[in-house]
Amino acid sequence: MNNVRCEVLIIGAGPAGMAAALAASESQKHIVMLDDNPRPGGQIWRDGPAAVLPTLAQFYRQAITALDNVTLLSGTKVVAQSGPQQLLYENDKGCGTIDYQRLILCCGARELLLPFPGWTLPGVTGAGGLQAQIKNGLSLQGERVVIAGSGPLLLAVADSVTQAGGKVTLLAEQASVTSLARFASGLWHWPEKVRQSLRLMNRHYRANSYVLEAQGQQRLTAVRVQQGGKVRTIDCSRLACGFGLVANIELAMLMGCRIENAAIAVDDMQQTSITNLYAAGECTGVGGSELALAEGAIAGYAASGNIASARALLEKRSKWQRFAAAVSQTFVLNPRLKTLGTADTFLCRCEDVSLGQISRHKGWTAAKLNSRCGMGACQGKICATAARYLLDWPLPQPRVPLTPVRLETLVNLTPQPPKDIN
Amino acid sequence: MKLISLTIAGLPCQVQEGITVAAALSASGQDHCRISVSQQPRAAFCGMGVCQECRVIIDGIQRLACQTLCQGGMKIERSGNK
Ligand SMILES: Cc1cc2nc3c(=O)[nH]c(=O)nc-3n(C[C@H](O)[C@H](O)[C@H](O)COP(=O)(O)OP(=O)(O)OC[C@H]3O[C@@H](n4cnc5c(N)ncnc54)[C@H](O)[C@@H]3O)c2cc1C
Ligand code: FES
Repeated sequence: MNNVRCEVLIIGAGPAGMAAALAASESQKHIVMLDDNPRPGGQIWRDGPAAVLPTLAQFYRQAITALDNVTLLSGTKVVAQSGPQQLLYENDKGCGTIDYQRLILCCGARELLLPFPGWTLPGVTGAGGLQAQIKNGLSLQGERVVIAGSGPLLLAVADSVTQAGGKVTLLAEQASVTSLARFASGLWHWPEKVRQSLRLMNRHYRANSYVLEAQGQQRLTAVRVQQGGKVRTIDCSRLACGFGLVANIELAMLMGCRIENAAIAVDDMQQTSITNLYAAGECTGVGGSELALAEGAIAGYAASGNIASARALLEKRSKWQRFAAAVSQTFVLNPRLKTLGTADTFLCRCEDVSLGQISRHKGWTAAKLNSRCGMGACQGKICATAARYLLDWPLPQPRVPLTPVRLETLVNLTPQPPKDIN
Repeated sequence: MKLISLTIAGLPCQVQEGITVAAALSASGQDHCRISVSQQPRAAFCGMGVCQECRVIIDGIQRLACQTLCQGGMKIERSGNK
């Protein structure tokens, strides 16, 4: 056990967490920032042998390293709440508790991954998932890659694929040409984004298109896609699919925070429904790194008592909130995507439970009792998120530990049993 | 570029320093990490520590391949349905 104590605890070292740490550090309080990835940066600024970090990311990293009142614990997961104002963590060195006075959740978002026939074949990954692997050293030399799903992230992924030596043969965006055109015509409000989209535009980008099936025996060999009115089969060795992002709210749900629109509800100062508990970045609603940075800084200032500096950032936050709203309007998912999976397509990848087995139940409790769906290693983070979209079932209340942990860590959650019975 | 040596399923190999175990498995030509409940091969899927599909045994301990960096001398084994 290695127990830690701090004044401000930040969960997540993505843009929101880093901005929060930097802002809160001005108060000279002792800050701990904890993140499960081996290096800081979150989803967008993922460092690795094949990643070149943008200047802004380097600025945040260097600024935080230079501060002696901020401690960064990488490769460390929060797995439970172990007492009032106390969380339990685990890393490869062991486990321990962290006591805090103020907590800022900057847990980010994950991809919405939807089931379709063949989605469990090796070679099929999340879109951001493939990008993460590339940044972490995966080479795609000589590979043919199809990217499918929805949202601006697909373009960033295509760029990473090309840089890793892969060939993007199709980038299937499910949104319609009309909504993409409407979005493009409003982009001038955010000149930074115009530059970014021009740089990332890909000649294989097709609107009104979506994946129907991944084919192959032991590994992916081809995909069938609906492209406008036509169905095409395309040979490829990788399919990267992402249907937008969903906020990581499990820890907040566990702590009893109010949830609104599938994200952590916060007030003007990024405070949640619980005193001393703040949240910032994509766990409060998906909106991109610029919004995450603004929210993170506001939360960092507010949590360290510097309300004036927090207020000075409200306008900046509004600007990026408007952008986030435009993005979510553009990439609304076509209800057709709810019908991609067949009765024997697995919904739950951990326990291999099919859509047919689950759709006969009324809700999570019955489905879990009868099929073990959602009770496997990912604790429903993939299937329950998909079921929320497919079947309108609310996410089940998360269970402790939030992620599989070693026995030694689990022991610290429950009161120690008496040593000798007789 | 610095290379480090490790073993994957008992076979010695060299990988670039700084890459994750998931990337090393993929570079080995066999990217699957585990065998599922119904005996299907599964590989890293979300790439970000959420789906748990990439769990492997590293030096005897179950860990996520996508969030673990390769270290010299590591012994990486694919995992069965655990
Ligand atoms: C896979 C993926 C790839 C993306 N790539 C791009 C891109 O290339 N370009 C772009 O503009 N946008 C990208 N985005 C959008 C991106 O999410 C945001 O722009 C930005 O990263 C959000 O910042 P954040 O700080 O809110 O969250 P994140 O960057 O998501 O950071 C949250 C961090 O908290 C960690 N965490 C969560 N829960 C716990 C816990 N219990 N214990 C320990 N650590 C925890 C996460 O692992 C993560 O490192 C991507 C999103 C995803 C999901
Ligand atoms: S690939 Fe999903 S947890 Fe590693």
